[in-house]
Amino acid sequence: MTYADRLEKVAVLGAAGKMGSGIVLLAAMEMADLSLDSGQTPDKFALHAVDVSEAALAGLVKYLRDQVLRAAEKKTVWLRKAYESRNDLVENEEVIRQYVEDVLTIVRPGTRIEAAYDSTVVFEAVNENPDLKVRLLSEVKSRGARDTWFLTNTSSIPISELNDKVKLDGRIIGFHFYNPPAVQKLVELIRADSTLPELADFAAQFAKKLRKTVIPSHDVAGFIGNGHFMRDALYAASEVERLSPDFGLPGSIYVVNKVSQDFLIRPMGIFQLIDYVGLDVCQSILAVMNERLGGSPLRSPLIDRLVGLGVKGGQFADGSQKDGFLKYEKGRPAGVFDPDKKAYAPFTDIAPRCDERLGPPPTAVKPWKNVIQIPDRTGYLDGYFRELAGMDSLGADLAKRYGRKSKEIGLGLVRDRVAEREEDVNTVLLTGFYHAYGPVNPYFG
Amino acid sequence: MKKNRRKVFMAAGYNTIALGTGRKEFNPRKPRPGLEDYIREAGQGTLKQIGGGANVDEGVISNFMAARFNRQGNLAALIPAIDESLRWKPCTRVEGACGSGGLGLVTAIKSVLAGTAEAVLAVGVEVQNTVKAIYGADILAGAGWYNGERKKGHAYFFPSLFSDRAGAYFEKYGREKTRRAFARWYRSAVENARLCETAQEFHNVCEDLEALGLTEPNPRSFVDHLNAYDCSKVSDAAAAIAVVSEEGLKRCGISKKDAVEILGWGQVEADLTAPPADLTELETSRRAVAKAFERSGIRRDELGTVECHDCFTISGLLSVEAIGFAGRGEGPDFILEGRTSRQGEIPFNTSGGLIGWGHPTGGTGVRQAVTIWQQLTGKAGKWQVEMPAKRPYALSVNMGGNDKTVVAVVYRRAS
Repeated sequence: MTYADRLEKVAVLGAAGKMGSGIVLLAAMEMADLSLDSGQTPDKFALHAVDVSEAALAGLVKYLRDQVLRAAEKKTVWLRKAYESRNDLVENEEVIRQYVEDVLTIVRPGTRIEAAYDSTVVFEAVNENPDLKVRLLSEVKSRGARDTWFLTNTSSIPISELNDKVKLDGRIIGFHFYNPPAVQKLVELIRADSTLPELADFAAQFAKKLRKTVIPSHDVAGFIGNGHFMRDALYAASEVERLSPDFGLPGSIYVVNKVSQDFLIRPMGIFQLIDYVGLDVCQSILAVMNERLGGSPLRSPLIDRLVGLGVKGGQFADGSQKDGFLKYEKGRPAGVFDPDKKAYAPFTDIAPRCDERLGPPPTAVKPWKNVIQIPDRTGYLDGYFRELAGMDSLGADLAKRYGRKSKEIGLGLVRDRVAEREEDVNTVLLTGFYHAYGPVNPYFG
Repeated sequence: MKKNRRKVFMAAGYNTIALGTGRKEFNPRKPRPGLEDYIREAGQGTLKQIGGGANVDEGVISNFMAARFNRQGNLAALIPAIDESLRWKPCTRVEGACGSGGLGLVTAIKSVLAGTAEAVLAVGVEVQNTVKAIYGADILAGAGWYNGERKKGHAYFFPSLFSDRAGAYFEKYGREKTRRAFARWYRSAVENARLCETAQEFHNVCEDLEALGLTEPNPRSFVDHLNAYDCSKVSDAAAAIAVVSEEGLKRCGISKKDAVEILGWGQVEADLTAPPADLTELETSRRAVAKAFERSGIRRDELGTVECHDCFTISGLLSVEAIGFAGRGEGPDFILEGRTSRQGEIPFNTSGGLIGWGHPTGGTGVRQAVTIWQQLTGKAGKWQVEMPAKRPYALSVNMGGNDKTVVAVVYRRAS
């Protein structure tokens, strides 16, 4: 079966979720492009977008319509060639509209998993819950076509474990997109020992056609991305505990978030990132990793406490941020949660005294969004971190400790054979988390 | 050689700002002035300098595609919206793609020559930021031959036509030097625009413009031989100027030193359905300029400044050759030697031209006339250039489509 044949019948499980909807978008456009390349009509291709929520599926269709339109507007040069033989399509607008229609024709949204049975490729993007994943994969496996290939978007569960529990005989591979899949360049590709070589080739080709940056990760719970992120988050939580006698809980959350964003020049502070991913999602990932990995326990009483109080973060259906560790106004952090009072304390009450004790960041500081546009970024960062190294304010000390810890985590991932190379860890953080520099760096001594 | 049967002047020019990407005021997500706002601002800007609309006999409005960009036709009836006193007066809308402005000027000139008007208000306008560039490309493609060219044409139809010209030029005369000349042209355009506060590139702060201009073209997302800096941007703007007889000058209370005289013009039309005979030449432009020289009785070496139609860097370069400053294939040297820059022997496009000032397609011809009027009457402020006494003439060349509709005008400060 060729690559194009394989993609004629596809299903996405969890299709209306944050990750699933992006996977539907990318897969459906790839399928439409294949049909255009081969001169076939798109009705030969079908993507069953399966999700438990009818309402979310309605949202998925709207999301797809908007996103395909935007994508089509960016690839009109190619689309005009692809629709060359269609004499009824003359103007860009006509070509773009046809493409949107063709992609949407391929997508068949529904709530019944039976729709996935005859698919030759199944993308799994349901909640990060091992039992749920095993149950759904088993159902499709036992009722579906014999040679179906499974690409799971799990960000933490070992692929070999899913393979064994579902008895897939190597018909599964980890294909971990970053959020949102349509935008983030990174895909972590995880082969179990038994993964079929043809499936690995297919996954590599699919990633290449999607123009993704592929980083292979070994099949260890959490892989590279969460392997770093979760430990980074746990470190931040432990710093909060260490600082809270002095700053109070809300104050120390504010302080650690600020240091990780402003002093370390990251796109968002660590607690904002946890909110973005969702505290409950982080909790599940930690649980998966903790159960499967030896060494120091991977759990956070602070996250557990907030989830227990119903503080979960994540996004609303329209993509806007829900409150978590932080409170958001027009998408920007504006307050911080106080678990004792079960209420948000506004930044205006907390920031002045905390900022004063932290001291200013290095004078060379620039916001992350400016730094990533500097042509000689390395030169700039060298100078910036040299200045940071020479400072002895509380803020500088916290930043240096944080930077050292982040590096230690990165090196640990190579040492523990999660990542093949230091460079892979850095690439994951640079492309999956949009950091301005990798964690394995010379900046923190 | 036909002489004008009486003298024709232009005065009281007004350019709005050219709004679009690059201007700090521009935000694609916020409401912006509409077509009628631009017409009103430019028209009133001219009327204020000529004692009001009562002194105007007739109106001409130049526009390319308001019917699609703004879903508005019947533009002649927007002239009375400028001022109540223009109501019930004869008004005409003219269209010749990006050469609409030039056609408007000639229409006004002919009315004055015919004696049916002593003072004509000429307005040119285009408001194009109403659609994304990829759809704007569809609209602008109307300047080409829809039935014969559009289906097989490129997504970015006009950039691609001129990219083909650039490709043919590279083939014939060499790529490397020509691309450097493009980059130099871009740099001069932006440097001039930075001096002119109505220009779209007025706020441009890029330090190394030539390096930017040398960005390799990306055929995957755009066209084969041109990059974005080789192209004029999408602009919203209007321009207005009074076209008057001697009597009209008196009536409007304008002294001759504040006016330019129109010595001659060349108006040439090529066949829209026939491809250019030679991609490396702007033949229609060459013919229009030759006519303008002939009618005005001046020579090229008597020109002190030129406004050419540099919708793309390649069209700027080919204009230099079409006017005859450089021989075929010698345009790149002429540009790279700095001879078209504001310090050079023949300053081109002193307020930035289409690439630097902006290109409100149907309004550009009128904008060029305003720029020349400002330059010749000493009203150019920071972008003023010295006009040598022996070379007191100025030339504007306005081109519609792929060198199809061309109007060239020769001016001199009135005396």
